[in-house]
Amino acid sequence: MAKQIIKERRLQDDAWKIVNLVDGEPAIDVCLPVGPLLVPVSVWKAKKSCLIAREYEHGTPLGIWLAPEDNIEDIAADIDDFTVIAVHFPKLADGRGYSTARLLRERHGYDGELRAFGDIGRDQIFFLNRVGFDAFVIGEGKSAEDALAAFDDFPESYQGDAVQPLPLFRRRAA
Amino acid sequence: MYQYDDYDHAIVRARVAQFRDQTRRYLAGELSDDEFRPLRLQNGLYIQRHGPMLRLAVPYGLISAAQLRRFADVARRYDRGVGHFTTRHNLQLNWVKLAEVPQILADLARDELHAIQTSGNCIRNVTTDHFAGVAADEIADPRPWAELLRQWSSFHPEFAYLPRKFKVAISGATEDRAAIQVHDLGLQVVRDPAGTIGFRVYAGGGLGRTPLLGQVLREFLPWQHLLSYTEALVRVFNRYGRRDNAYKARIKILVKALGCEEFSGQVDEEWSHLKDGPSTLTDGEIARVAAQFRAPAYETFAADDLCHLAHLREDKAFSRWVERNVQNHKVPGYAAVTLSLKKAGAAPGDASSEQMEAAADLAERYSFGELRVSHEQNLILADVPQRELYTVWHRAKAASLAAPTVGLIQDLIACPGGDFCALANARSLPVAAAIQERFEDLDYQHDIGELELNISGCMNSCGHHHLGAIGILGVDKNGEEWYQITLGGRQGNDASIGEVIGRAFAAAEVPDAIERLIGAYLAHRHADERFIDTFDRIGEEVFRQAAYPHPHQSRRVANG
Repeated sequence: MAKQIIKERRLQDDAWKIVNLVDGEPAIDVCLPVGPLLVPVSVWKAKKSCLIAREYEHGTPLGIWLAPEDNIEDIAADIDDFTVIAVHFPKLADGRGYSTARLLRERHGYDGELRAFGDIGRDQIFFLNRVGFDAFVIGEGKSAEDALAAFDDFPESYQGDAVQPLPLFRRRAA
Repeated sequence: MYQYDDYDHAIVRARVAQFRDQTRRYLAGELSDDEFRPLRLQNGLYIQRHGPMLRLAVPYGLISAAQLRRFADVARRYDRGVGHFTTRHNLQLNWVKLAEVPQILADLARDELHAIQTSGNCIRNVTTDHFAGVAADEIADPRPWAELLRQWSSFHPEFAYLPRKFKVAISGATEDRAAIQVHDLGLQVVRDPAGTIGFRVYAGGGLGRTPLLGQVLREFLPWQHLLSYTEALVRVFNRYGRRDNAYKARIKILVKALGCEEFSGQVDEEWSHLKDGPSTLTDGEIARVAAQFRAPAYETFAADDLCHLAHLREDKAFSRWVERNVQNHKVPGYAAVTLSLKKAGAAPGDASSEQMEAAADLAERYSFGELRVSHEQNLILADVPQRELYTVWHRAKAASLAAPTVGLIQDLIACPGGDFCALANARSLPVAAAIQERFEDLDYQHDIGELELNISGCMNSCGHHHLGAIGILGVDKNGEEWYQITLGGRQGNDASIGEVIGRAFAAAEVPDAIERLIGAYLAHRHADERFIDTFDRIGEEVFRQAAYPHPHQSRRVANG
C-alpha cells in the first residue's frame, strides 16, 4: 500500500522519498534513487546540478528537507526550485521548525508544498497549519485519521499567522 | 477589568474541549507520557509528589470577586478547600485528580478563568504591578498593555515549543514593583519628551541556577511596535536558544553568550522585517482595551476622614495594621489594602476557600468588586474608601486576613518546596514556619522593620531567594536538607542579586542564624535604616561573623 500523508485536509497517497546520509557519508557520494526525492541541505548543495538535471531530463520534481538547525537563509535563493520543502521534527518539543515555516511563507514567499514530518501528531496539527504547513506526515504509531479532526481545534486565533496575516484586533467586529 | 467578548469566550471554550479530548486519549492509552507532558504542562498541570498540581492563571494579577469565588468553589469541590497563591499571580491546587481536570477547566471558563500557558516551554502569564491603576507614581496604567500581550501570547502558533519557558513582566510606575529586571522580558512604561508612551525593554534577566539582571535592549520602543518587536525577540530565542541543556536554555544564556549588543542586533534584524506589519498596534485597539481598565466611579471624599483619624489614634492594633497593610492611593480618601496570606502555621500564600470567599465579599462591598494578587503572595483590595478601613480591618481579621505584617519578616515569600514540589531539593514550608514562629512577637517584628526574606526549595528559585535581603535556598547534601543563606538581594529599580555568605545550615540551625543576622543589624543600624540599608552601608563581613560565631565553620561553602 502506498504511503499516505495529510494534504489539503485529507489523506492522500505520497510518492516522495526522504534521502538520509549515513553517518560520515560524504554528500557528494549519496546515491539518488528514482522518483521524487527530499534531500538534506548538504546533498542539495553538493549535487545541485545533478538534481536540477533530473528535473529537466525526467520531469522529476525537486524537494529538500530541513533539520531544526538548518538556517533557511542558506537556501533562500533556491526556494523557487522546490516543489516540496519538508521540515523535520525529530522531537515534538523542538519548536524551531515553526519559525522556519513562517519565515519560508511570510518572508521568502514560498508557495509550494510545505510538509512537516517526524514526531508530530494530532495535537500539533493546528499550530503547524497556522505557521504555514499544508502537508503532514503523521509520526509512527499515531492515527492520521484522528489528526484530520485537529484543523478546527480553535474557531479563532488572536495573532496573525502564515494563513491569516491579520491579527484578530484588525478583524474584530467593531 | 477586561471583559471577554465572544471571541475570547470561544477560544477558552475551545481549549477546554481540546484538553478534555487530550486527557481522554491519555487515560485511554492513546497518548504516551512523553506526548501528553507538553500538552498538560501548557495547561498548568504538573505531576507532583502527591499527584497532579493544577496552576490556574490570574492574568496580570487582576481578579474579580466572582472569579475568586469560583476559585474558592473549585478548591472546595475538587481539592481540599485550599489554594496556594504564587509569586507569579497564579493559584495552585495541590490535590486535584487528573480525570477531573477537564471539568475544573470547564467550571473556570464560565468565569473567564483558565490555566492556559501557566507552565511549559511557552510564553507564560504576564505579570505586573499589583498597584497598577492606583499607584501615585504611575506613568501609565500597564494593564492594557499586559492584556494585549496576553492575547498576543495566548496560543501563539510559533512559540508553543520554545527552548524553555518565557516570562514577561511589565511596570507602569517609577518604582518597579513587578521585578521586571529578573524576567526573560521586562518592560518599563516610559514617555518620550513629547509625552508619547513607549517601553524601555530589558531582556535576559532571571533567577534560577544562573541569576542575572536583564539588560536594556532599547531605551524607547514606541507603543505601536510592542507586539512586532516582542515577536522578533521571541523568534530569535526560538531559533537560537540552546536546546541541549535545560539549565542553559533560558534566553538569559543566549543574551549572555552573544553579548547584549549582538543579541540586540539580531533582534533588530529580525524586527526590520516585521516592523510596521499587521501586528502593529492601532489607536483603535488601544482605546478598545484601555476602556476596559477605566477607573471605577470614585466618590469625592476628603483626603483625611475624621473618623478614620480617630480610630488611628485610639486603636493601636488598627493603626499598626494601617501602617503596614494600607498604602496610599492616588485618589483622595481612598486607600489600597493588602490582605495578608501570611501567618505562622500556614504556608505563605495559602488561602482557604472560606478566606477566598471572605476576600471576595470584602472586594464586592468595599473595593468595586476587584482584587489583585501580589507577587509577594498576598491579596490586595486596591480601591477602599478610607472611612471603611476600620470595618474592613475587623472583617479581614475575622477571616484571618489581617496579619499586620506586610513587608515585615513574617511576610516572607516561600515556594511550596519539597512538601509538594517534585523538583525541590529541600522543604521550604517548615523553615518558613520556624522563622515565622521565632519572630511571631509583633513588637519585635515592627522593631526589626522592613525585611524581605525569601525561601526557595531548589535552584529553580520560585521563592525568589536571590531577591531577598535575606535569602534561603534549600540544597540537598547526601540526602539531607541543608539551607544556604544569601544576603543583599533586592527587587525594584535597584534590583540586585544576593550572595551566599558561607556554608549551609541544617534546618534546625536556620532560625538561630537568622536571629543572629538580625541581631547584627539591630546592633549596627542607624535611625530609620532598614536591614538592607545597614547591609549596604557596613558590608557583608559583620553579618558573616554574626552568622558563623565559630569562624572555622564559615570556610566551606557547601554545594557552591
